[in-house]
Amino acid sequence: MSKLHANSLRSGPTDEGRFGMFGGRFVAETLMPLIVDLEKSYREAKADPQYIHQLGELNKHYTGRPSPLYFAERMSEHLGGAKVYFKREELNHTGSHKLNNCLGQILLAMRMGKTRIIAETGAGQHGVATATVCARFGLPCVVYMGETDVKRQAPNVFRMKLLGAEIVPVSVGAGTLKDAMNEALRDWVANVDDTYYLIGTAAGPHPYPEMVRDFQSIIGKELREQFEEAEGGLPDALVACIGGGSNAIGLFHEFLDDEQVKMYGAEAGGYGIDKENGHAASMTGGRPGILHGNRTYLLQDEHGQILEGHSISAGLDYPGVGPEHSYLKDVGRVNYSPITDDEAIEAFQLCARLEGILPALESAHGLAQVMKLAPTMEKSQSIVLCLSGRGDKDVETIGAHLGEKF
Amino acid sequence: MASNMTIRIAQKFAQCAAQNRPALVTFITAGDPDLKTSQEILDGLPAAGADLIELGMPFSDPMADGVAIQLGGQRALADGHTLAKTLGMVKKFRTGDESTPIILMGYYNPIYIYGVEKFLTDAKSAGVDGLIIVDLPTEEDAELCLPALEKGLNFIRLTTPTTDQKRLKQVLVNTSGFVYYVSMTGVTGAALSNHDAVGKAVSEIKARTDLPVAVGFGIKTAKDAELIGRHADGVVVGTALVNALAATLNEGKASEKTVTAVHDLVKSLAAGVRQAKS
Repeated sequence: MSKLHANSLRSGPTDEGRFGMFGGRFVAETLMPLIVDLEKSYREAKADPQYIHQLGELNKHYTGRPSPLYFAERMSEHLGGAKVYFKREELNHTGSHKLNNCLGQILLAMRMGKTRIIAETGAGQHGVATATVCARFGLPCVVYMGETDVKRQAPNVFRMKLLGAEIVPVSVGAGTLKDAMNEALRDWVANVDDTYYLIGTAAGPHPYPEMVRDFQSIIGKELREQFEEAEGGLPDALVACIGGGSNAIGLFHEFLDDEQVKMYGAEAGGYGIDKENGHAASMTGGRPGILHGNRTYLLQDEHGQILEGHSISAGLDYPGVGPEHSYLKDVGRVNYSPITDDEAIEAFQLCARLEGILPALESAHGLAQVMKLAPTMEKSQSIVLCLSGRGDKDVETIGAHLGEKF
Repeated sequence: MASNMTIRIAQKFAQCAAQNRPALVTFITAGDPDLKTSQEILDGLPAAGADLIELGMPFSDPMADGVAIQLGGQRALADGHTLAKTLGMVKKFRTGDESTPIILMGYYNPIYIYGVEKFLTDAKSAGVDGLIIVDLPTEEDAELCLPALEKGLNFIRLTTPTTDQKRLKQVLVNTSGFVYYVSMTGVTGAALSNHDAVGKAVSEIKARTDLPVAVGFGIKTAKDAELIGRHADGVVVGTALVNALAATLNEGKASEKTVTAVHDLVKSLAAGVRQAKS
């Protein structure tokens, strides 16, 4: 990695796990020794050529990296502005960017001598990726999933079962990702000796936000080379959807110091940002608070009680966001704005018809943002979307939304 | 220690020690199942035999608590409970009781949103003696622990079976009032396993501090209180009291049995701790 200049936006977090005021280690004492140990093990692994080599081989032969950079010709033509490119993370094994992180973490868990893996999942993409790496390395896997999500993501639930994972539906609260994360944390507190908590997004207590970002940064690193080859120079704009924000930080991080590259994060606008508790846009519609081990933008009421939020996309239905995004919002480096359920569905349909690609509902939020931006840009400019997942899992949800009966 | 530090906690532990018995620390959730009932329970705890009181501040996402305490918090929140109302309960309690220490227990976010400075000022003036904030480990002392100590409020720290000797030293640095030893790795309300291991852990802590050590998590009956009380300066009972309260509810609402059910269990626990060292 090239040396960072003094004002680099890529130097975070601090030793205390802070990105500006965000991040930190807000966990119970029982977990504190574990995350200190995790950080130490991660630093050692990162410096071990054997670990890096093993991860590289798995990324190449198991995941199928590098993921292609695809010029979406008809989409570009239709929008009538900038050239639209897709960074096709949906072509990865298991169908999303999630495997990048899971492979990195499971190798780490095994180095640490852990013999049981737990995870939380919203849309099921991270659950599937975790169940996959657990099957690949022969470790037992327990996935916590909100009851509501179990219902709306039935195909992924069955996939996880086929992979040998145990699914624990969580019925407290609204039964979505936040509740699944609470339950996973409880499991971890109770099983500290043998259990590794494989967090799926760039959030949680330090060092998770940094670690997950590092594993996902391969997206941006590949893009830099691929774009140079395709167009020369740098893309003018990058777009990604934001739930916890792991695909977005993976895309953005490589380019944070390249000032000419504009960055856009599409939050889940749900029914609309003005509807209380009707969206999951924590940065546009929330304020800083402390949940799940870090300080970050959160959806909460005026008394600091956390709201459930809403999004048609289970993967974005989370009241928080990774702390590095909160920081990038406050310093103004990334522009975050909400995309409604309806806009995402429209983008999904357009992509299916114009490009023959079904994007995940999460990624369709990013695409809807591209549809707003591309027409305002010059034809000589380029905009890259991280197509973070494939939409097969969402077919039923979209059908129901459009009034289709199965 | 700051000269303005409240002294009720130290006095109470000293009193119990003089009676050659551990202190009984009782936990209830503020506002559970409603403000009026909860106030009545709180006000009657000392007469029932509680030596110290932990008052839970309800939070939507109590990650370190088991389902019983989570549901208690949800009942309170559904009834419109807020942090300001919790402080109001303490204020009212103090009009009838000047000596029983009250420790507020909960999670950081509601305090952060209330505003740290304002919270500490209001808590102190309401008559709060200490804080236990589950998700503020020593690494985050600058957030609330140090400002609380400066304000003269005790900051009581949890130590757990995963806290090794090196960490214990670090954890004890800014701990005041007493040390709360969590008897197991797990959430509140799980089953208690090994009394001897608890005894050993408590003596390891006592070798490093003059503060009293109270033990919590998993103490449900008078017999548990007696057995654990042999090793500790205090025993903490929470989930069992919340369960006793919940068992009396009628479709989630208080019944005429609710207040007495909690006080009756406290009486029996108080008898238990009196068996511990006599």
